[in-house]
Amino acid sequence: MTVSQALFEDTILDPSAPVPEGLINPDGQTASKRFDVYRNNVAVSLSDALETAFPVVRKLVGDQFFRAMAGVYLRKHPPKSPLMMFYGDAMPQFLARFEPAKSVPYLPDIATVELALRHAYHAADATPVDAQALAALDPDMLMSAKLRIAPAVRTITSTYPIHAIYRANTQSDAPKPVMQAESLLITRAGFDPQIHLINAAAANCIRALQDGQPLGQAMALADDTLDLGAVLGLLLGQGAITEIY
Amino acid sequence: MSNATKTLILASAVATAVAGLSTTATAQANVKCFGVSLAGENDCAAGPGTTCAGTSTVDYQGNAWTLVPEGTCETMELPAQADGTPRAGSLEELDRDLPA
Repeated sequence: MTVSQALFEDTILDPSAPVPEGLINPDGQTASKRFDVYRNNVAVSLSDALETAFPVVRKLVGDQFFRAMAGVYLRKHPPKSPLMMFYGDAMPQFLARFEPAKSVPYLPDIATVELALRHAYHAADATPVDAQALAALDPDMLMSAKLRIAPAVRTITSTYPIHAIYRANTQSDAPKPVMQAESLLITRAGFDPQIHLINAAAANCIRALQDGQPLGQAMALADDTLDLGAVLGLLLGQGAITEIY
Repeated sequence: MSNATKTLILASAVATAVAGLSTTATAQANVKCFGVSLAGENDCAAGPGTTCAGTSTVDYQGNAWTLVPEGTCETMELPAQADGTPRAGSLEELDRDLPA
């Protein structure tokens, strides 16, 4: 092979670039047709991967728009890793700056939700603690106890009704979204990630616990909209607490 | 708010959370059910974005699985095999209906 990898990489993503010199057919002619087929397959496969990864974003903007947007994305953000399951990491930031998508201001946050769901799906398994272990702790010990949160757990806070929009586009009988700020929690008790609507105080509290703050500290951060019993119940019920330390 | 009050609130929150579990923990867990998915409709451990989901080529392929609510796997109604042997789903990989 006489073509440098850098040149090959540049031309593979630019359909208007000429075939790199040195790529030849068995008969010695420049392999322009073969290279075009290859070039097209690279773009189509990446575009397909994005479609699979962001079904709700796609539904919101429509097939044609998504296809065109994916074409721009894949050229700006070609895969950095061969793990296609994580392809599309930069989608929220990309959408926030993508001029044609400005009329759908909540799109980046929906992309964040879909990305988080995928990361939760692929996160390491973790064995949950027995709820009784928490109940058995002395009240004074509770205040300084720290909770290890399962690797799959994610919280997302948005100024848009992300939970309602996501539901309305994934379930047939979901109510129409009402404009309001929403936060959500993603857990994975078994094989599949689940989305739960929580309030901003709960999201802050869970993030504090994830950061390794003791329970007493995590609850002190929040205002009186925090229902600590509900938060702990949700985390325990979803197998999201893996260690008390 | 005094420390003692906070401790009390926390302790009661934990009590509420744990007490509520016995009623909420009835949510069904999913299990991998082998041998029930139609050709091209199997789920896959690696999930979307990879090429394994949807790769089974035979209906009810024995080594392909679909996530179904726990408890419905082995009782799901399936058509019998060509030679009349009844089919049933299984929580283990099966050696029937493999692609040639």
